Amino acid sequence: MQWPVLMVQARLSWRLLLTVPDPDPVHNYLITLTTYKKRFTRESQTVEICPRMESSRFYFFLFALAIFASPALSDLLLSKVDRRIYLTSHIVRISSTLKVENAGPETVSEVLLAFPEQQAKNMAYLMATPHEGKGKVKNPVVALPVEVVNPKDMPPALTFFSVSLPKGLAEGGSFTFDVLAVFTHALRPIPEQITQADIQLVLFQDSAYYLSPYAVKAQSLTVKLPDSRIESYTKLESTKIHGSEIKYGPYENLPAFSYSPIAVHFESNQPFAVAQELVREIEISHWGNVQVTEHYKLVHGGAQSKGEFSRLDFQARPNVRGASAFRYLVANLPPRAHSVYYRDEIGNISTSHLRGDSKKTELLIEPRYPMFGGWRTAFTIGYGLPLQDFLYESEGKRFLNITYSSPMVELVIDTLIVKVVLPEGSSDISVAAPFHVEQWQETKISHLDIDGRPVIVLKKTNVVPEHNQYFQVYYRFNKLSMLREPLMLISGFFFFFVACIVYMHADISISKSSASYLAKQQWEEVQAVIQQVQNIVSRCLAIHDKLEASLRDLYRTGDIQACKAARKAADGVLKELSKELKPLLTTLQSSPSAAQILPKVEELVAKERELQEKVMVKHSTVVDGYEKKSGARDIENRVALQQQKLTALRQEVDDLLELIDEI
Amino acid sequence: MAAVANMPVSDLLKSFKLKTKQQELLIRVSILCLVYILAFITRLFSVLRYESMIHEFDPYFNYRTTLYLTQNGFYDFWNWFDYESWYPLGRIVGGTLYPGLMVTAALIYRILHFLRFAVHIREVCVLTAPFFASNTTLVAYFFGKEIWDTGAGLVAAILIAVCPGYISRSVAGSYDNEGVAIFALLFTFYLFVKAINTGSLAWSLASAFGYFYMVSAWGGYVFIINLIPLYVLVLLITGRYSMRLYVAYNCMYVLGMLLAMQIRFVGFQHVQSGEHMAAMGVFFLMQVFYFLDWVKHMLSDTKLFQAFLRITVTCAVAVGSIALGLGMLSGYISPWTGRFYSLLDPTYAKDHIPIIASVSEHQPTAWSSFMFDFHILLFLFPAGLYFCFKRLSDATIFIVMYGLTSMYFAGVMVRLILVATPAVCLISAIAVSATVKNLTVLLRSKNKGVQTGSTKGSSSSKASSKALLDQSQPFQKNGAIALLFGAFYLLSKYATHCTWVTSEAYSSPSIVLAARGAHGSRVIFDDYREAYFWLRQNTPPDAKVMSWWDYGYQITAMGNRTVIVDNNTWNNTHIATVGRAMSSYEDEAIEIMRSLDVDYVLVVFGGVTGYSSDDINKFLWMVRIGGGVFPVIKEPDYLVNGEYRVDKGAAPKMLNCLMYKLCYYRFGEMLTEYGKPPGYDRARGVEIGNKDIKLEHLEEAFTTSNWIVRIYKVKPPNNRW
Repeated sequence: MQWPVLMVQARLSWRLLLTVPDPDPVHNYLITLTTYKKRFTRESQTVEICPRMESSRFYFFLFALAIFASPALSDLLLSKVDRRIYLTSHIVRISSTLKVENAGPETVSEVLLAFPEQQAKNMAYLMATPHEGKGKVKNPVVALPVEVVNPKDMPPALTFFSVSLPKGLAEGGSFTFDVLAVFTHALRPIPEQITQADIQLVLFQDSAYYLSPYAVKAQSLTVKLPDSRIESYTKLESTKIHGSEIKYGPYENLPAFSYSPIAVHFESNQPFAVAQELVREIEISHWGNVQVTEHYKLVHGGAQSKGEFSRLDFQARPNVRGASAFRYLVANLPPRAHSVYYRDEIGNISTSHLRGDSKKTELLIEPRYPMFGGWRTAFTIGYGLPLQDFLYESEGKRFLNITYSSPMVELVIDTLIVKVVLPEGSSDISVAAPFHVEQWQETKISHLDIDGRPVIVLKKTNVVPEHNQYFQVYYRFNKLSMLREPLMLISGFFFFFVACIVYMHADISISKSSASYLAKQQWEEVQAVIQQVQNIVSRCLAIHDKLEASLRDLYRTGDIQACKAARKAADGVLKELSKELKPLLTTLQSSPSAAQILPKVEELVAKERELQEKVMVKHSTVVDGYEKKSGARDIENRVALQQQKLTALRQEVDDLLELIDEI
Repeated sequence: MAAVANMPVSDLLKSFKLKTKQQELLIRVSILCLVYILAFITRLFSVLRYESMIHEFDPYFNYRTTLYLTQNGFYDFWNWFDYESWYPLGRIVGGTLYPGLMVTAALIYRILHFLRFAVHIREVCVLTAPFFASNTTLVAYFFGKEIWDTGAGLVAAILIAVCPGYISRSVAGSYDNEGVAIFALLFTFYLFVKAINTGSLAWSLASAFGYFYMVSAWGGYVFIINLIPLYVLVLLITGRYSMRLYVAYNCMYVLGMLLAMQIRFVGFQHVQSGEHMAAMGVFFLMQVFYFLDWVKHMLSDTKLFQAFLRITVTCAVAVGSIALGLGMLSGYISPWTGRFYSLLDPTYAKDHIPIIASVSEHQPTAWSSFMFDFHILLFLFPAGLYFCFKRLSDATIFIVMYGLTSMYFAGVMVRLILVATPAVCLISAIAVSATVKNLTVLLRSKNKGVQTGSTKGSSSSKASSKALLDQSQPFQKNGAIALLFGAFYLLSKYATHCTWVTSEAYSSPSIVLAARGAHGSRVIFDDYREAYFWLRQNTPPDAKVMSWWDYGYQITAMGNRTVIVDNNTWNNTHIATVGRAMSSYEDEAIEIMRSLDVDYVLVVFGGVTGYSSDDINKFLWMVRIGGGVFPVIKEPDYLVNGEYRVDKGAAPKMLNCLMYKLCYYRFGEMLTEYGKPPGYDRARGVEIGNKDIKLEHLEEAFTTSNWIVRIYKVKPPNNRW
């Protein structure tokens, strides 16, 4: 990919290359050396493709190495190497089982692994684990520490990794371990452009021999392909093919740095889903939610599509016309994920399915359109997770324990940025990641934040599903800070209402002497006075009711004295009330703005007084009647007329009260 | 309504020991609050049914500009030259739009962010229209209170909160100028009426600012600037001239005009365009009137005054007409625009400006849509007019004139139902409120008589005689109750109708189409966004897309690609060029497309899904608009005996024009419906006439899953050797 100029030549020559395999490793050095030279002399006529050139240069170094470098590391040797290359998806996985033996006298604690520069560049992940035989109960695997080293006297075209053995290997001792190396962008589509109807062919290159700084006693290689449709592959002396598997070897007793290039050109319709950029935002809310938002920029990394896209063909036979396209992606979300959404810049995308059980939540998302080679799309998925599944406490610190990478199945991520948004007020933040990541801090201002939330940003390039490991973010957070935002809201509303109350009660008019302002004030005064008058009148009416009640008591019990006492008390109160009424009426009379309402009020007061008198009269009549022991019917008859007047008066007073109210 | 509701609640309130005044205030405020909330949430059907998204066509442009405004600031927005539309001409956006809506939304966005609510600008835009609809209910309340009483105000607020005529343009997501403009319109009118009623400078100043906001928000401000002078003229003629009127109109006109000139799109039109001359004429007339009034006051001799009057009026009219004539002749005053003509004469656009006639919202209104949008208000409107005439005042004359003129315009153009809605709601509210009030007064006085009679069990001759007196109008009470129930029934019918219309008819975003599947399940056709997103992601960033102008705004906003023409139909020739390309043969069209640098052509096709508003159905307008500028395109070439067909009997030019080819490319091989031949067009219900379509200069680049949008790539020219 890094050699765009050479691509053109490559397209012409890929077939040529594959038909000229070379069985003899030593001879191969020479041939490659000559081609390497040829490259400088006859540039126009090139039959090599670029990776081969890479490797030819690399051979040159090997060749040089074979001559000059003394085998300083040869105390170790690999007694058995078993390699399996999985090409079943667009992520290439090479899994090797190595058995190292120490032949030298010194104790050795490190083993070197060598990868050609080209491969090392694409290498996303490398892990070494102690080998456990089949059939054994699987213990939790402890990975052996691996680090990049630059040993002296080694060809610079190789990248070395050193594996630290759990304990030093004494003379004659042996140790078996597994190495898993994962590569991205290692499959090259050839041809690079295909039409909708074409099948997608990809090329993979490696060595038939295990490339190692140590001599290898016995080795074998298995290449697993997605299916048995193979365009071509390098045939060496012992090459077997079983369905979708190609076997090379076994080879025995090869010296260090043996290399024999092989190339497999095969059909692969696996989804070449590559996220050029993925931004994952993990936001912690101590109210019980971890919100994950993932912004994908996705591209189909396979052969570019060219020519027409026919929907008709695609709909009629999607597996033939559009075999290389992928229509959906699967994400395995953590269990109990909720509020899942799937949208992009211009809105919600309705084609997705969610299935969940207690172990996982499976989200199947379809991009808006089928993804053909080179087509891009961008979308966002988001989901909430229960806080208690991911947040723990230890030694006074809280820590978030969550997986690093995307939940998508078989997705290559070129650049992954994980942002962990901690609650506002978190402090003392530290991160523990299982692999190296670039790290810095930002702030994010979200709802109701004052100084923003601390954000830990973790960036890593070239990420594969194997990186989906747990990492931890430790921080301190005071529980009381949780209340800050609700309190802010509450106080906001509180002050709003207080402001309303102040506004209602405060006098904010500018000119206090203007006519309209004065009139308004006077009117308010009048209203207050009238309110008082109304109060008094209604109190009077209540007393009338009381008198009536006392009369009813009289009917029932015949207690004349109590009735009289009630009248006396009522009389006193009524007098006081009428006293109170007087100054109010005078103020009303003096006020000019009350002119309109005054007659009504006066009428009310007069009617009320009349009512008062009538009630008193009625009361005394009834009481008198009782004293004279007149019959009930007799009293009734005497009172009836008064009663009618009373009712009418009462009605009038009520009406007046209502009328005044309306004004 | 309010009065009826009062009855049971008042008992409850009495237990709180509140004064009647306070009770009334409490009930009024709580009703208003509920109406405010109701107006907002009834417009959220679209969000619930679909999602929080921008609807239709124009709102996408508004959204795009708002986004630009929030990202780049006001000055960049004001000076924005948009290269992405009207290629190769471009568009001066700042000078060719009404910025009120965008500025409002951006302001709300800023305020929310200042208060630390980290909302997305899209949500703000989606909810702007419902928010302003809620505000409109408040304005309607105050307006009703001003022209009638608080009861009418409350009823008006309730009616306008759910009236479909208004909801159609203000559902959540309908981010269009009308959303805020109706609020601004009613607010201006309210302030102006208030100014007339009080004669206060403060209110007329406020109405000038209301007018300014309206001018900044919508081109419909022309309605205000013509209705108000007309109203003033009517007041002058009916002898209702007063100092209040003089103050209100002059202040409002002068300040409003000066403020409106600050909007670049309006500029000097207030003094230069024929549509605004009425206001200026009335302004001068007012001065003459005032002058004459003053002279009359000074002169005691009536005969002298008569003579003076004659001379002054003649001079004034002469000077005015000479000035107008000179202005027209010299071209200083522009004549009326086509849109204005088409309002006065509904047939004008059809004959002269096909581009205006082609827009569906410019069609004359059908009776059914009046019924659909107004429901019972249509019957209450005349009743309200009766009440207004019975109690004639400056304010009621205004609302009557507003109602009558806007009803006329609503009949001319279907989109102007929107302008009529507030008037219809207010006048109907007067009818409802007055009727209910009369009935309840009857009922209450009656009840009291009965109550007092029954409080004391003993019957008396006086009480019975009083009761007899009330019985003078037989069945009055029963009649009142029946009428009240009738009113209640009608109003509840109105409420259910409005809710139904809102949820079924007016809440579809028209970007996402929904249909019922065979088993009753909901099927979503999201083809538009599929295509636009494909454009956005998989075409070069500088690609130019040619499509009919309907989709221009959407392509720029969602597809982020340059378009040739869009919904801002300012350049008829450019649109006609696209129309010509679409209606020519492919080899002619390719020349036009090459000259316009077109990279992709987008067509909308409903033959597979039965979606009827597609490009084939719009095609005749392309022919007409294209033919209007380029006479080589003739409409009869595409018709057979005046009939528009796409099947075997179609005109040969039709079967081979670019649009036909692009829509039906490879459609002839497709089976759309069981039991029908391949190539059966479900939108038009015929088998297509040309099944063997070969494209020479274009190739299919993308077709959406339901074939609704088809995108073609213009192939580069062949090598010459």
